[in-house]
Amino acid sequence: MFSSRMKLADLIAANYNIILLLPRFDIPLGFGEKSVREVCATANVPVDFILLICNLYTFDDYLPQIEDLASVDMSPLVPYLTASHRYYTEERLPHIGTHVNHITDCIGGRCGDIFKKFFIDFRNEITEHFLSEEKNEFPHLLSLQQGKRPRGTSKSNSGKSHAALVDKLDDLTQIVYKYLPGNVMSEETMELVFDILQLSTDIKKHALIEEKILIPYVKWLERSMK
Amino acid sequence: MRSLISILIVEPSDIVCEGLRSLLEQDGGFNILAPMHDTSLLEERLPVMRPDILLVNPTLLSSTPRQQMATIARLRPSMPVVALLYQYVESSLLENFRFKLDIRASRGAMMTMLKNAVNTISCVNEEPESTDNYELSERETDVLVLVARGLSSKAIADKLNISIHTVNSHRKNITHKTGIKSVAGLAVYAMIHNLME
Repeated sequence: MFSSRMKLADLIAANYNIILLLPRFDIPLGFGEKSVREVCATANVPVDFILLICNLYTFDDYLPQIEDLASVDMSPLVPYLTASHRYYTEERLPHIGTHVNHITDCIGGRCGDIFKKFFIDFRNEITEHFLSEEKNEFPHLLSLQQGKRPRGTSKSNSGKSHAALVDKLDDLTQIVYKYLPGNVMSEETMELVFDILQLSTDIKKHALIEEKILIPYVKWLERSMK
Repeated sequence: MRSLISILIVEPSDIVCEGLRSLLEQDGGFNILAPMHDTSLLEERLPVMRPDILLVNPTLLSSTPRQQMATIARLRPSMPVVALLYQYVESSLLENFRFKLDIRASRGAMMTMLKNAVNTISCVNEEPESTDNYELSERETDVLVLVARGLSSKAIADKLNISIHTVNSHRKNITHKTGIKSVAGLAVYAMIHNLME
């Protein structure tokens, strides 16, 4: 497990995916040999919260209990999750979409069309899912964090829809490298596979954060308000 | 390499089935198939469900247990058959089982016992149709096309005149063979392979 006295560079050496998390906290690169605590102090981000996320991204068997969360400053949770959504919908999915367009144009015919439709449907579905969370669950949590009594309890279906979305993301990867015609733009197809795999790893951890941190934390706040 | 080890439980009590499901799925290495409450359809369902391990309450075996065990072994030669124990069972009946799982034992002891059973699987040659054959069978292709058209398992069962459990087993096999889980993904697969009219 990572601690605040470790060098940020060592965390990234242990798990390079952590580098993708830094922009979501507005932490710029070029941090030299500074420890996690020092970098967080400069960027004005609660160090416990960053450690929580970095540990979850890195150690598959690490699942914090609600008692562990009680001592963590959770104020960056909603901004962090929203920034992750922006990264997926405004950067990664358009980038992957460009690859998909090139490749499906090359494949052509019904096969190209159906694959393109599968991707577009997935992209719309996941975007709607993020928007729905931002419209319903995030404002609910923010008002709980401000100490306002909630009008109702949150009715989260996130767990179920996360599983369905992750299944589709896995299917997308399988279809690209197993079933699309192999002679079409092999270099770009490789890039597409790696882009999707990277996104898939990221989104699976994101779903885990929402299911194992966001939802239990909201329930805990709701209980403590009663 | 194996992915999830699938276990078929044959046991009348829902509580016992659900308890085992919760315990074994939590451990991560096991996939619990839809349980059966008696052995009446066992011989028919085994070739379709293809469990890696059979967990059966010995009191459910037919009046000729030795014969029934032989039939089961013929259908799935490499599958360990484990006796599920929590009540008194005559020793003559128990002799038919190499593995015994007492659900009153600790979680750790139960896992060790099941892992021993799992280890025997890889030592025996699989029957040719089980793990190496990734071609969809004719029946699986029929089911795939109907799934891709958006039919529910119930509607597919009615259309093909088979039980909903059989449809679900076919769907599991399709996903196992193609690696594709979502209905939309299966529709793409069916299109790419020219299975749709």
